[in-house]
Amino acid sequence: MYFQKEIETMPRRELEELQLKRLKWTVDYCYNNSPFYHERLSKAGVTADKIRCLSDIQYIPVTTKADLRDHYPFGMLAQPMKNIVRIHASSGTTGKPTVVAYTRNDLELWSDCVARLAVAAGATDEDIVQISFGYGMFTGALGLHYGLEKIGASVVPNSSGNTEKALMFMRDFGTTALVATPSYALYMSEMAKELEYPMSDYHLRLGLFGSEGCTPEMRTQIEKGWGLFATDNYGMSELIGPGVSGECRERCGLHFNEDYFLPEIVDPETCEPLEKGEQGELLVTTLCKEGMPLLRYRTRDITYLDDSPCKCGRTGVRMGKVIGRSDDMLKIRGVNVFPSEIESVFVGMEEIGPHYQLVVRREGFADTLEVRVELIDGGLLERYGELEQLQRKIEHKLRSVLGIQCKVSLVEPKTLQRFEGKANRILDLRSKS
Amino acid sequence: MPIKQISVFVENKAGRLADITAVLEKAGIDIRALSVADTTNYGILRLIVSDPDRAENALKEAGMTVSITSVLGIGIPDVPGGFSKAIRVLSDEGISVEYAYAFITPRVGMAYVIIRVEDNEKAAQVLSDKGIALIDQDEIF
Repeated sequence: MYFQKEIETMPRRELEELQLKRLKWTVDYCYNNSPFYHERLSKAGVTADKIRCLSDIQYIPVTTKADLRDHYPFGMLAQPMKNIVRIHASSGTTGKPTVVAYTRNDLELWSDCVARLAVAAGATDEDIVQISFGYGMFTGALGLHYGLEKIGASVVPNSSGNTEKALMFMRDFGTTALVATPSYALYMSEMAKELEYPMSDYHLRLGLFGSEGCTPEMRTQIEKGWGLFATDNYGMSELIGPGVSGECRERCGLHFNEDYFLPEIVDPETCEPLEKGEQGELLVTTLCKEGMPLLRYRTRDITYLDDSPCKCGRTGVRMGKVIGRSDDMLKIRGVNVFPSEIESVFVGMEEIGPHYQLVVRREGFADTLEVRVELIDGGLLERYGELEQLQRKIEHKLRSVLGIQCKVSLVEPKTLQRFEGKANRILDLRSKS
Repeated sequence: MPIKQISVFVENKAGRLADITAVLEKAGIDIRALSVADTTNYGILRLIVSDPDRAENALKEAGMTVSITSVLGIGIPDVPGGFSKAIRVLSDEGISVEYAYAFITPRVGMAYVIIRVEDNEKAAQVLSDKGIALIDQDEIF
């Protein structure tokens, strides 16, 4: 099932021609309508006729979140306010919020994007869909809302919070699909089990999840808890909101809506393009947006792209799971290391706690990485050998995941600092020596 | 008859031993014997205390990595060769001692040794067969 079959299954060569045409249009449009990009493009000497093939995109300067913040609230707009029909903003957890504004065409395009991904996930006009994202400035709820209405599903704008009531609507309405963050979907299923109603009172068959990462273990847990089929979806408010990419029923990567968004993978340090299939930072260029077009926007998400044919018939390139943020990346002896990869090693290890600290030093001309973990298993205190064995086991696992040797130190429980974010888990002492 | 020994994971940092003993002091627990061995970064502190279960709880509540294991306590005459005799009994039977530490007691003329072996029951049998006294928790306090 497709929502817009012609676009979704367009042969790649044709699709790339369309992208080139639209990229040229976007460069031209930005130059003429956005004071910000007019200046950027002039400085770089890039005009639409300099773009002869898609790879010429590398001559366009990148756009960062800082650019968006510096031009808060409306400095990135390419249309006068009279043509803007909606304004959203990111939560601004890491500083000033970033604003995104839509023209009527942008909203149309947005709901098409979401509709395609919803159909790819298996949603139909028969579905009753409960949206448990928070409504408001956040793009998630309204993005899904209009996309699902577009395919004819019955949308229940339940929003987040008051879980007990949400569960009541689910039972009483016979809700068949749920839109939520994976963690909230999991929380809801745990709460449902605690209530006096049997799970057979719920009829969820599909979960459209997004807005945060989800480990395979967590996904399995949610699917088992609800008896549903879950897909992962990717987007960000700066680009449009949800609808940038999402999984089909094959679940072998997230199909990009490539006719509207042009993805690239670059080296996070140099912004140089990487070889096909290589892992790096995702940059996205909007190809049709009017209100707030973005050229080569640095998403800071680390992933890879795969354009091999998908069984579902869609030709849109698929992005892999986001493995980390380039802000958190550490370069050690020339190897890119992400805290998320280190975390994945600790999952399921009962001997140690989930908290860790990374210490990077320079000894002579070589970088060293020390990973500190908290020992919580008292059962290993009988023999030193067992502690040493645990250290070696973790070192070995880390080596196979990261590709570099590191040293594991065991520390006492509750001695490593607890952080909300990840960045502070890293102690980089290289610059100080 | 085995004695309950507390093991605590300790990082090699100034003041850590004091932190641990302060927890026990606050809980009103008496330490009879202790041994600590260390590597470069951490050590394992082993303790024989008046109330092992309560000590374990207090240390756990203080956020420490703790375990209780059974060890053997033997009472030997406080004379030259006393310990040698006891240890030979075990080695003759092929029982190896993983670690041991000694302390003297309120009982005049006796010394106690805590030993950690693989098989407590077998070791206890061998020792008592040769007339070496095993002690229990109450006897120490």
